[in-house]
Amino acid sequence: MESSVDRIGDPWGSRVPHGRHQRWRARVDTFLTDGVEPDMVQDWVRAASILHSDGDAMDIAVIDGRMAGVRGRADDRVNRGRLGPKDLYGWQANASPDRLTRPLVREGGRLVESDWETAMGRVTARSRALLDDRGPGSIGFYTSGQLFLEEYYTLAVLARAGIGTNHLDGNTRLCTATAAEALKESFGCDGQPGSYDDIDHADVIALFGHNIAETQPVQWMRILDRLAGTDPPRLLCVDPRPTRVAREAAVHLAPRAGTNVALLNALLHEIIRTGRVDHAYVGAHTVGYEELAARVRDCTPRWASGICDVPAARIGEAAELLGTADRLLSTVLQGVYQSHQATAAAVQVNNLHLVLGMLGRPGAGVLQMNGQPTAQNTRECGANGDLPGFRNWQNDAHVADLAAVWNVEPDAIPHYAPPTHAMQMFRYAEQGSIRMLWISGTNPAVSLPDLARIRSILGQERLFVVVQDLFLTETARYADVVLPAATWGEKTGTFTNADRTVHLSEKAVEPPGEARPDLRIFLDYAARMDFRDKDGGPLLPWYDPESAFEAWKRCSAGRPCDYTGLTYDKLRRVGGIQWPVNEAAPDGTDRLYTDGIDWARPDVCETYGKDLVTGASDGVVEYRSLNPDGKAMIKAAGYVPAHEEPNSKYPFQLTTGRTLYHFHTRTKTGRVPQLNEAAPDVWVEIGEADAAARGLAEGDLVEVRSPRGALRGRLRVTGLRPGLLFVPFHYGYWDTPGGSGPGNGPASGRGSESGKGSGPDGGSGPDGDTPGRAANETTITDWDPASKQPLFKTGTAALTLVERGDGRQAPAPTTTASAPADGTGTRVRPTAGGPAAHASQIRSSAWDPSGGER
Amino acid sequence: MNGVQLALHTLHRGERHLATELAAVADRHRDEHEVHHVAHDIAGWSREHVRRLAEAGAGHGLDLEGPPDDGSSHGGTDGVLAALRHNVSELMGHRLDPGLLLLRDLRDLHVAAAHNSVHWEMLAQVAQATRNSGLVDLTASCHPQTLRQMRWTNTMIKNVSPQVLTSL
Repeated sequence: MESSVDRIGDPWGSRVPHGRHQRWRARVDTFLTDGVEPDMVQDWVRAASILHSDGDAMDIAVIDGRMAGVRGRADDRVNRGRLGPKDLYGWQANASPDRLTRPLVREGGRLVESDWETAMGRVTARSRALLDDRGPGSIGFYTSGQLFLEEYYTLAVLARAGIGTNHLDGNTRLCTATAAEALKESFGCDGQPGSYDDIDHADVIALFGHNIAETQPVQWMRILDRLAGTDPPRLLCVDPRPTRVAREAAVHLAPRAGTNVALLNALLHEIIRTGRVDHAYVGAHTVGYEELAARVRDCTPRWASGICDVPAARIGEAAELLGTADRLLSTVLQGVYQSHQATAAAVQVNNLHLVLGMLGRPGAGVLQMNGQPTAQNTRECGANGDLPGFRNWQNDAHVADLAAVWNVEPDAIPHYAPPTHAMQMFRYAEQGSIRMLWISGTNPAVSLPDLARIRSILGQERLFVVVQDLFLTETARYADVVLPAATWGEKTGTFTNADRTVHLSEKAVEPPGEARPDLRIFLDYAARMDFRDKDGGPLLPWYDPESAFEAWKRCSAGRPCDYTGLTYDKLRRVGGIQWPVNEAAPDGTDRLYTDGIDWARPDVCETYGKDLVTGASDGVVEYRSLNPDGKAMIKAAGYVPAHEEPNSKYPFQLTTGRTLYHFHTRTKTGRVPQLNEAAPDVWVEIGEADAAARGLAEGDLVEVRSPRGALRGRLRVTGLRPGLLFVPFHYGYWDTPGGSGPGNGPASGRGSESGKGSGPDGGSGPDGDTPGRAANETTITDWDPASKQPLFKTGTAALTLVERGDGRQAPAPTTTASAPADGTGTRVRPTAGGPAAHASQIRSSAWDPSGGER
Repeated sequence: MNGVQLALHTLHRGERHLATELAAVADRHRDEHEVHHVAHDIAGWSREHVRRLAEAGAGHGLDLEGPPDDGSSHGGTDGVLAALRHNVSELMGHRLDPGLLLLRDLRDLHVAAAHNSVHWEMLAQVAQATRNSGLVDLTASCHPQTLRQMRWTNTMIKNVSPQVLTSL
C-alpha cells in the first residue's frame, strides 16, 4: 500500500499501529528527486542518518555518480524503514554549489584558494614550531559530533599520543557530555542502559526535557504507533514548551527553567513516601539509598511547587504515574543536559529507575540521549574528554593498557588531569596558552555561548586557527587555513546511535573538487608529522576506514564498548547491531545491566566520580570505600538556585533550543530548500499571557537582550510557560545579506590587510547592516561543574518591540512546539512543503516477521 | 574562654574569612567562569556555617557576628570595597600572569579551607568529649562541606596548573 505524503507538513507520516510487546512493523519511506522513479536508480548504497542521533538506516539512491534520493531500510532494528524530514531531504546539501572544493589559506588578511600541499605544509610548520617553542599544551583540537568512528579514533591517537596534548574535545560537549557523566556517576561507566525496543514494551514513558518528536522523529513515530495501538503507554512530559509530546502526555509538567533537581527530588520524595521502592533491587544492586532518602525527606511536592511553579497536585500525579508503572522507560535530553544542575538532575532520573528496580528488562530502562549523530563515538574513542574505550584516566592500569595498544610509553599519554573540555580550551586560547586550534566539523562561532567573546577569541592574531568543514562557515572566516572535507555519502565509516546501534555508512558518490574525507586529512597530518611508536614504527599504521576500524576494535577489546565481534562485512550483512559485540554476544547486546551492574568495580570503572555541585574529582580511595563491590551508585543532590535569575532589567528567563527541520547551525539543512523554507529565519517564542500583558502579537519584530548581547526576530505567541522566552539556536550569519549565501562561492575573508584581528567581515557575526540573529549572542558562559556541558537554558533576557508585525508572521513552523497558541486570534499560515516535499510511504506485510510477537 | 568557646571562636573567624575570600575570588576571576560560579556557590556553605556557628556561640556565652555579605550587592560599603578590589586585581592582572594569580588564589582558598577543616576536627572532638550532642550534630553537618571545598580547590589546582606552569 503506497501513499504520497508532504513530510514537511506531516513530519511523522501515517500510523502503523502496534500493540504492547508486539514488534514494530515496517513502513518504508522514500524520497527521490523530481522525475526520478525507483527503477531508474542504478545503485542503492547503505548509509545511516547523520542529521540527528537516532541512527535511521537508509540507502542512498545513485544515478550517474550523483545522489538522487534516499530510502529507509525496512530490515533495520532502529527505524524499520522510516525516515524523518531531515533524513528525507537533507542529503541534497551535499550537492550545494558553495561547497568548499579547494583548501584556503590566509594571505595578507584574506582567505585565498590554495592547494593541499601548501595548506598542510602551513599546518605542520605551525605545529612543529609550537611543539618546539611552547610544548604540546599549546595545541588544541576541537572536533564534532558528525565525523565517523574511524576519524575520531584516529584524531584521538594523533592528538593524545602523537602531539601529546590533553586538549581534545568534541562539540558533543554541548549535546551529550551530561549523558555520559550521568551514566558514569550512577553506573561507574558510560554505556546506554536501555534500548529503543523498550518503547514497544513500556506502559509508562517519561520524557525529561526531551522533545523526541523533533529531535528523534522516527522514535516519536514509534511512540505514536503505540499510542494508536492496543494497550497504549501513558506519557509523562517535563518540558516548559507545548511540544507534541506534551500534547499526547497523560501528565505534562512545565517547570521554571533551572529547577529540574527540585522537581526530581519531589518525585523521588513521593515515590519513597508512597512505598513504591523496590527494596530487594536496591539492596542487591545499589549503594547510597539511605542518603537519597534523607536528602529528599523534606522535598515535598508543595516545596517543589514553590520553586518550579508547577502545581503540587500535578507533581503528585506524575509520581503516581512513575510509581505505578509496570515497565517504565525514561528518556532525557537537553532540557536537562543544557540546564542548571545538569548532571545532578540527570542522575536523579537514573535514581528513579534504581529505586524502582526498573532496569535491564524489556520496557524497563533509561535512555540518556545524545544530540548528535555520532556523539556516542566521540565518547567511546576518547575524542570527548575521556580516554578511548571508556578507560579511567586516574587508573594507571588503564593507561598502561592503552599505552600497550598504541605501543607507546604510558607517560606519552597525558593523564595527569582529566582531558581538557571545550570551554576550558577556549579559555586557554583566550589567555594565550593555546596557540593553535584545529576545529573539525563544527561551528563554534554560532554554537558556543556568548558569541561576542568567542569571536574575539577566534579573531586573535596570535591564535592559529585550522577549520576543516564542508562550507565556509562563520567559524571558517576566522581561519588561517581552511581544509575542504568530504561528508556522509562521500566517504565510508561507522557510527553509533544513542542506543548503541552501530551502522556502516558507505561512500556513494565522489566528494566535490579536492575535498577529502576527514580520515584522510588526519592520516596525512600524522604522516607529515611523522608520529612514531616507542619502537620507531608508525604510530598510526592504518590507511583506510576498514583498517582504522580494525585498529579501534583492538582498542575496544574487553571494554564495555567492545566492537571485536563486528566487521564491515557483518554490518553489511546484518545492518545495525548494538554493542557490545564479542564472542560472548556475537549478535550484539540489546540491554545493559540485565543481571546486575557490570562496570562499576573500582578496578574497571571509567571514573571514580565527581562532586555533583562542585565538580571536584573523587579518588580511588573514596570510591573503594563508597562502592567496594561495584554496585550502582544512588547519588543524592540538593537543589541550588540558578546563577542568573530574572530581575527588573532582564525580567524573562531565556531558553534556546532546536526545531525539527534544522540541524545544529544549519550548514546543511539551511541549504536544503524543503527544510529551509519550513523554518527560514530566527524567531522568538513567548507565552500568551506575557504577550497580552505587553501588547505584543504574532509577527511583531522584537529584540531579545541579555547582559551579553542581543538578537532580533519575529514573535510567535505559543502555549509556552509564563516568564520564559524561547529562541532556536540554529541561525547564524552565512545567509544574511552581509554574508556569503548559497551560490555566492567562497567569500574571501576579511577585506583587511592587517590580519584577522581587525574585526569581523560579513557573514561571521552582527555588524552595522546585520542585527544579531544567533541565539548565542545572548547566552551566558556557565557550565555544569560535573559534565562541563555549557548551559543554554538558564539565562535571562529583556524583550522590546522593534516594529509591529502588521500582518506578517513569524518564520516558525506550525507543526511543532512552535505552533501558535489556539487563542492568539491571528491566522497563521500552516507549514507545508508542497509538491517538492512529497515522499512515498509503503506499508507491506512482506517485511513483517511471521507471528509479529516477540 | 573555655575550650569549646575557643574552638567555636576560631572556627567562626575562619569560616567568615573563607566566605569573604571565596566571594572575592569569584569576583576577581569573572573570566574563569567555572571558578567564578562554583566559588560563589560554595561561599554560601561558609556563610551558612558562620550563621550556625553564631547560633551555637550564643548558646555557649559567645557573641559572634553573622555571615558576611555575599559580595553580589552593588551598593553600600561592601560594593565599593568589591569594586576597589576588582580594580586592584585588574591592575595586578596586567603585571602578574592571570593563570598564576588564579593558582595563587586557589592555593590560598585551599589552605583556608584546610585550616577550617582542622578546627572542625577539634570542635568535633571536644564536642564528643563533653557529650555536647548539639555541637556533634553541627560538625557532622558542616565539616563534610568544608572537605568538599578542599576537594574542589585541589581539583582545580590539579586541572589548571599543568597548563599555567608549562606556558609561562
